[in-house]
Amino acid sequence: MAFYDGLFKVLGLSDWCGAGASNAPMSMADLLAQNTGEETKGEFFPFPSLDNLNESCSGIIQSRDVTKGIENGFLAAKPALKSVLDPITQPLSWLLDGALWTFATIPWFIMVPILVAISYYASRSKAVTGFVLFSILLLGLVDHYDVAMQTLSIIFVCTGISVLLGVPIGIAMSKSDRLQRSVVPVLDLLQTLPTFVYLIPLIFLFSVTESKLYGIAIILYAIVPVVRLTDLGIRLVDKDVIEAANAFGMNARQKLVKVELPLALPNIMAGINQTIMMSLAMVVIASLVSAPGLGVNVLRGIRNLELGVGIVAGIGIVLLAVILDRVSKAALSRVDMTHVKH
Amino acid sequence: MTKEPKVSLRGLYKIFGAKDEAILHHVQAGMSKEDLLVQHHHVLGLQDINVDMQAGEITVVMGLSGSGKSTLIRHLNRLIDPTAGEILVDGEDVMALSETGLRSLRQNKMSMVFQKFALLPHRTVLQNAGLALAVRGEDAATCNAEASKWLDRVGLKGYENHYPAQLSGGMQQRVGIARALTANTDIMLMDEAFSALDPLIRTDMQNLLLELQEELHKTIVFITHDLDEALKLADHLVILKDGAVVQQGEPQGILMNPSDPYIEDFVSDINRARVLRVKSVMEPLTGTEFAGDVSLHDNLESMIARSGGDTTLHYRVMDGDAPVGELHMRDLVKALVPRLSSGDA
Ligand SMILES: Nc1ncnc2c1ncn2[C@@H]1O[C@H](COP(=O)(O)OP(=O)(O)OP(=O)(O)O)[C@@H](O)[C@H]1O
Ligand SMILES: [Mg+2]
Repeated sequence: MAFYDGLFKVLGLSDWCGAGASNAPMSMADLLAQNTGEETKGEFFPFPSLDNLNESCSGIIQSRDVTKGIENGFLAAKPALKSVLDPITQPLSWLLDGALWTFATIPWFIMVPILVAISYYASRSKAVTGFVLFSILLLGLVDHYDVAMQTLSIIFVCTGISVLLGVPIGIAMSKSDRLQRSVVPVLDLLQTLPTFVYLIPLIFLFSVTESKLYGIAIILYAIVPVVRLTDLGIRLVDKDVIEAANAFGMNARQKLVKVELPLALPNIMAGINQTIMMSLAMVVIASLVSAPGLGVNVLRGIRNLELGVGIVAGIGIVLLAVILDRVSKAALSRVDMTHVKH
Repeated sequence: MTKEPKVSLRGLYKIFGAKDEAILHHVQAGMSKEDLLVQHHHVLGLQDINVDMQAGEITVVMGLSGSGKSTLIRHLNRLIDPTAGEILVDGEDVMALSETGLRSLRQNKMSMVFQKFALLPHRTVLQNAGLALAVRGEDAATCNAEASKWLDRVGLKGYENHYPAQLSGGMQQRVGIARALTANTDIMLMDEAFSALDPLIRTDMQNLLLELQEELHKTIVFITHDLDEALKLADHLVILKDGAVVQQGEPQGILMNPSDPYIEDFVSDINRARVLRVKSVMEPLTGTEFAGDVSLHDNLESMIARSGGDTTLHYRVMDGDAPVGELHMRDLVKALVPRLSSGDA
């Protein structure tokens, strides 16, 4: 005799409910109670949850049917979604695999100078460049060079794609209030969703062996700041300067290229810096879905309680984070310098 | 004067707000700026503006803050669209222009100098000055040659490769002027171009403008809220109040015959001896005995100095070599006291 039997009788729904006794599978709690041998008495006034209502009226679904329904919905939509998304995202897999292969194939004595040169070119700072060299050598010393390069190559690809997609989206948003209003909630969602939650629908759509699975997860997470800051940067461009551009008869393209983008560049660069840092955060988590790199070692540390392995990989990640942050910040401040403000 | 004006505004109205056209008839029926704001939540920008700007002249638009000066000048190149009315440039209706037509007007016929300079901070002085030509699609060599010629002219030789932020306000505004001159347009719009500068540099820039105008004869529309500046520069003075023209005409005439208490207020505390000129107080030539010859363009201050303060003297007024009138020092002294249109003191 379940608590809500009376309710359905009063409402006159007993017939629809199917003559009282439920023949639905028992809930876990019931099952446990049955095993321990005692009849469930139930609480004095149980919450009218689906499961509790179901006990009085089998016409009402159980909670497990809801999750099952969502799953089935997903599975039903999967072939259609996959047939669209698969070809579009396939180049991402190639890019990621290509980058991983390239970073792994180029021998260290060529790769390290290239990386040092890139950091000098971007930052124009001896201190930053020296720190980059030191960190890479340190990683190599403890035999983490290969995994660090894997992480780095994934970050390069994902940041590159985020910038390539994010800057145009940001520009479009800055030009249209309507677009901005509809994109901002999506960005908010992407930024507030806990990172693990991204992975769930992706695992359904793509197989875990494909690199684009983690690629998409990283890009979705990391693209947000570059979009936001491009939009913001362009909207913040001095109205007087825009007016001057109009007064001298610039067309929309000239205004964008000659005025808006250069003046928004410090903000865009700040966005790129954030994007790089977020890719790094996500590439570690993405090791759960087979992303190679330092994250794998951290995961191993957690799973096998190998404290040392985990900590060394963790320090490696910190080093990478500091390198990427310093280099991109130095590049940013160099950009800022060229338009000295009063 | 029957020559075609370079720019003319006919029955121009501007109301700021979403339903500007729907409430235009209230303004045309004479509703005031305050009532419009309280009853309809729209801001009256301009009402019934009719101004002709002659080629080769400096037209100065003057008024207090919020009187609609910036709004007016931005109608000439349609940075702001009017609610009603016509804007004619060289007899051509600017309102009828397509987007490309409008861009070409802005590129080829008008250039603008801004109160806050509005230079591109990431471009050098040279690149800023050559902006108009670059926008027109000229090659870099032409842009740079023209730009450095005009930078030279405004006294900025040697600063070509500096960035705007490295220059003082006065120098930045020189770049702004060089940018407008490099565009080589007939019409120059200057919105409070000198207001952000300190008095000495400001006088400098005014002299520079007059000097340039002497040889270039551009049609200049100059906005200011400073009467001294207006009187110094204006060939034609337009006085705005609450978006309407209260008086316009030759500046000396406005000074001698203010038509409105608002303008009397304006003109009451300027140095009349320095601003008024002989031509504004002279009489037709009748006498024969004169203490000497003076020029039409001398100001009254110099006359007082010359006469040593003697009010009984008479002078013959000359325009070049031809005598055109006579000046009684007694009239001159009377002219120094502002005349009140209302009669009471
Ligand atoms: N975009 C706008 N929206 C609403 N009202 C406006 C707008 N631009 C100007 N106004 C109003 O129009 C009136 C005239 O403004 P305008 O900027 O032309 O004045 P101004 O004479 O140039 O003043 P200032 O000397 O301070 O520059 C003001 O009351 C102002 O509030
Ligand atoms: Mg103004």
